[in-house]
Amino acid sequence: MTPDGMRPGGTTSDGVRPRQQSDGQNVTGGQTSVGARLSTVFDRARAEGRRVLMPYITGGFPSPEDCTRLIASFLDAGADIVELGVPYSDPVADGPVVQASAQRALAQGVTTDDVLRLAAAHRDRAPFVLLAYVNTVLAYGPERFFACCAASGVAGVVVPDLPADEADPLIAVAAQAGVAVILLAAPPSTDARLELIAGKARGFIYCVAVTGVTGMRARSGDELPELVARLRARTTLPLVAGFGIGTPSQAREAGRLCDGVIIGSALIDMVAKSPTVDAACATTAGLVRATRAALGG
Amino acid sequence: MTVETRFGRYGGRYVPETLVPALDELTIAWEEAREDAAFQAELARLLADYAGRPTPLYHADRLSAAVGATVLLKREDLCHTGAHKINNALGQALLARRMGKHRVIAETGAGQHGVATATACALLGLDCVVYMGAEDVVRQELNVVRMRLLGAEVRTVKSGSCTLKDAMNEALRDWVANVRGTHYLIGSTAGPAPFPVLVRDLQAVIGREARTQVLERFGRLPSEIVACVGGGSNAMGIFHAFRDDPVRLTGVEAAGEGLDSGRHGAPLNRGSTGVLHGSFSYLLQDAWGQVTEAHSVSAGLDYPGVGPEHALLKDSGRATYVGATDSEALAAFRRLAELEGIIPALESAHAIAYVLRGGEGGAGFASDDLILVNLSGRGDKDVHIAADLLAKEGVR
Repeated sequence: MTPDGMRPGGTTSDGVRPRQQSDGQNVTGGQTSVGARLSTVFDRARAEGRRVLMPYITGGFPSPEDCTRLIASFLDAGADIVELGVPYSDPVADGPVVQASAQRALAQGVTTDDVLRLAAAHRDRAPFVLLAYVNTVLAYGPERFFACCAASGVAGVVVPDLPADEADPLIAVAAQAGVAVILLAAPPSTDARLELIAGKARGFIYCVAVTGVTGMRARSGDELPELVARLRARTTLPLVAGFGIGTPSQAREAGRLCDGVIIGSALIDMVAKSPTVDAACATTAGLVRATRAALGG
Repeated sequence: MTVETRFGRYGGRYVPETLVPALDELTIAWEEAREDAAFQAELARLLADYAGRPTPLYHADRLSAAVGATVLLKREDLCHTGAHKINNALGQALLARRMGKHRVIAETGAGQHGVATATACALLGLDCVVYMGAEDVVRQELNVVRMRLLGAEVRTVKSGSCTLKDAMNEALRDWVANVRGTHYLIGSTAGPAPFPVLVRDLQAVIGREARTQVLERFGRLPSEIVACVGGGSNAMGIFHAFRDDPVRLTGVEAAGEGLDSGRHGAPLNRGSTGVLHGSFSYLLQDAWGQVTEAHSVSAGLDYPGVGPEHALLKDSGRATYVGATDSEALAAFRRLAELEGIIPALESAHAIAYVLRGGEGGAGFASDDLILVNLSGRGDKDVHIAADLLAKEGVR
């Protein structure tokens, strides 16, 4: 998959390369600035009486060129933040739809740098959140990875296979670059674990709405109210619901409890079934707009 | 006594948050069960009366003559279901029942762990689902039939390389979705903590028996212990009792078409450090951290990762890890059959191959060397593959 001699970060465009200063984001800043760009989005949404909408797409899916069009289309349709997945060979937290999208991106040679470049191209329109499995971060080199994130307009990184107990080293490195490591909380998490998560979280907490992997479900969110109530008692950070939310009505339900909602597999499934990129942009924009309306705004 | 989560810098629990409470629960359950005399007595009874322990220590005379040293085979191939895997499956199935989990899931490569798990579940009346890569379902068809006969549901995994790695991914996804009532019965000393310790503890019976048997028979310790390494459970099982003894420990990885061919299953020889299936260890990966496909003629060694305790043993120099190629393993498979009337599993044949070539670097053994080999499984399951490949190579 990787051409000979090519190394992570070796083919960076200007957008990916760490810069000294980047659009009001203090790259060398400490804890205080971590997650600041994300808080701004949540504060503004709250003031305007709506929930934050965060569509997810696997970076480089269905192709790097088409992916950048989809991102623009999500933003046009009302996305507040875009979550981009770094395609990974062994995504254990993902269901079949996201898995297949990652396989397709990897088969085209999509790399972590390509995903950072996608964020960098739209960085002036909204903050980005990356979803990266821990091995892709370790292989890139955590210091360089988070510096490149900051330089590409990535404000937070979700690491789905990094529970709070193992997160300290990466949280520290990310904080040096002003990037938030987004921690996840799940229905089976005990109260003691939620304390741990709330104590270490920056930016927002990703609430896993179902006990399971990503993917659309007829019913979702039955376990969400209890999880959210237990988290609210322990944190003032914004809570964002994801996993299993694929329709405007499911998003509305989750939005009654949380400060933001992530939709992913439903969008990717639409793209996978679209005959052309124009059709993919049109159908996904329709879902993003309808979800936007369901979440206010 | 607490179960360790790290071996030096290796190990840990790199899994979705959803699974962490279950890993905590399992850790506590094992800490209690391994100190519980009643639990240990029940396990010992099953290992003796049901699985056939202790397994014999066999002095392989003709093999010894062929290599010029004394070679002893620890006959795990004589265990019920045909491999050492039953030791772990019985222990974890008892633990699952103790924890009130009525559903067990497992991954399998060669099918030996799947058969052992299906067997233990049949014995204890637990529901059993086994994930197996599509490629392995074809090359280990006999074991698929055995699992179904034992009442297990075999789910074919068609993602990724369609082998053991992908079966393990799919089992982890099942566990994420069904964590409350399900126990994931991992078959090797890999995976997130506490599995590397849990599986090692349950397999350590191999080394405890062998150590006693060798001392009784020869009045001294072996000079070297040899075992094949995929995820590493049979090797940890026989190494553990000898960890503080002046005994060479040698693990034999699958060199596939050669360690420098790019087609092998040898992460300790040719991999780099990273995270796979929940633990930090050595693995086969590209520069971006994408896990690359392993290759081995033996399905049980066709895995790009390795248990974290082996990573520490490698770095510390306490154990040495070498490779044996597909053709060496096939030759050893045939040679052991001819010399001793024992058909080994293709996995175990890698350890035999190392002995047949005269040990490290092919330097040969000293005549007073006492070589203890873990013959981890029997080769019934491999006969048709071996026939095809031997024919292709023109070996007569």
